[in-house]
Amino acid sequence: MSVTIHLPSVLARLADGNRVLEASGETLGAAVLDVATRFPSLGERLRDQEGNPYPFVNYYLNDEDARFHGGFGASVRDGDEVTVVPAIAGG
Amino acid sequence: MSALVPRPLVCRNCGSGQAAAPVAICEQCLGPLDAAYDPDRSLPSREVIEKRPASLWRYREWLPFDGDPRLSLDTGFTPLVEAPALAARLGVARAWIKNDAVSHPSLSFKDRVVATAINAADAFKLDTLGCASTGNLANAVAAQGARAGLPTWVFIPHDLEAAKIVGTSVYGAHLVRVRGTYDDVNRLCAQVADRFAWGIANVNLRSYYGEGSKTMAFEIAEQLGWRLPTAVVAPMAGGSLVTKLRKGFVEFLGAGLVSGSIPRLFGAQAAGCAPIARLVESGGETIAPEIPHTIARSIAIGNPADGVYAARAIRETGGWAAAVSDVDLVAGIRLLAETTGIFTETAGGVTVAAAVHLAATGHLTPDTEVVLCITGNGLKTVEVLTDELPQAPLIAPKLREVAALVEAAAAQELAEHGALSGVRP
Repeated sequence: MSVTIHLPSVLARLADGNRVLEASGETLGAAVLDVATRFPSLGERLRDQEGNPYPFVNYYLNDEDARFHGGFGASVRDGDEVTVVPAIAGG
Repeated sequence: MSALVPRPLVCRNCGSGQAAAPVAICEQCLGPLDAAYDPDRSLPSREVIEKRPASLWRYREWLPFDGDPRLSLDTGFTPLVEAPALAARLGVARAWIKNDAVSHPSLSFKDRVVATAINAADAFKLDTLGCASTGNLANAVAAQGARAGLPTWVFIPHDLEAAKIVGTSVYGAHLVRVRGTYDDVNRLCAQVADRFAWGIANVNLRSYYGEGSKTMAFEIAEQLGWRLPTAVVAPMAGGSLVTKLRKGFVEFLGAGLVSGSIPRLFGAQAAGCAPIARLVESGGETIAPEIPHTIARSIAIGNPADGVYAARAIRETGGWAAAVSDVDLVAGIRLLAETTGIFTETAGGVTVAAAVHLAATGHLTPDTEVVLCITGNGLKTVEVLTDELPQAPLIAPKLREVAALVEAAAAQELAEHGALSGVRP
């Protein structure tokens, strides 16, 4: 499956300045692993050493919080859009 | 006057430092950035503070700037009202209402945080102010932006109360209703802040915005005669207020302005959106986000940014949290109105209902001296009371019709209480 991952500017600088990346995988976690492999310093910010999401980073799958769909275990389909947003905002 | 200069920032998670900027996220770990104060700065005495104007800026040494603020100088120093009838209902020694329902200029606690955020925006020379809001922040940003001459962009969930929408649009704000919950709006605004060079009060100005909340703690301490209550009950949405109340009390203790112990902090949420209360109850360390289902829209945040920190502040001060039903929060609005003359919105109803629950479950005891933080005005959410209050009788302009009403009221009081009190024909 090919999905599009949108990065905030604070992370885009770790992906050669790209705010939008294409990634492959059957799940959200696999797609994140794909870009983490290609951009190791970005990967350190996207997933912890066990491969889990950090508490300060939220993932949205087609505008819905991925935690409502199984987190990194959520299935993805061709054309899905993943948005990475720092968690600390609002209130 | 000297120009206002925002303080530098430090990451709460990894400790990395950063120059002052309209950025709230640590570049190293994406954790939250806090304002860093000079520990050797000169602090004022009680007497010096008491001589300053009655606004939140009388505590400026604990606000995240050097120099003099230019905007929103009249915000803060709302009344602290003793509430003996409510104390009797709760079965506590004493109770007070910290009444931000009459905050300047927009009648909610959010005026405090916007007062600091808008001065940060001014110092950073940002030309537009914005926010993601459940209503009260929208009002505060629109009002304070208007009088500062700053254009505002305000993003809200599509289904807010009419008064919250009117109370934003009237100031000429660019008001945008977003299909979805507050959490959808919040995520969108994080992207907006990343794309446009605006000051989004609770996103990229959040490090300066949040510090304004501490002034509620400072005022409680000063208005009690430079002492602390034993307990404080506050509503929780994103969780920031509870964490900043604690920080404020700690700072005043550290400065020697008050003595004793930090009050036990109690958090209040609506049962239809209570991720922080559930975290307190579970003892866990991770927020489980929720999709809100409550009429308490002003605190309906299912994915609270400061939820983990709020839960820690509650646990570490020996407090607790309560989640109350929509029926109980409406009863809380009426109880506060009938015992104190203060008309609060749904979030205040949650706070009062939570206090009732905490008293009934033994968390507030007969020796407790408690302050309830009432953060918003009831005129903004009248819809929730429409079907709850008795309909006023309609009469002809004839004295005998009034006499009949008074007689009926007296008879009803006699039946209910066995004696006449204020109503006598």
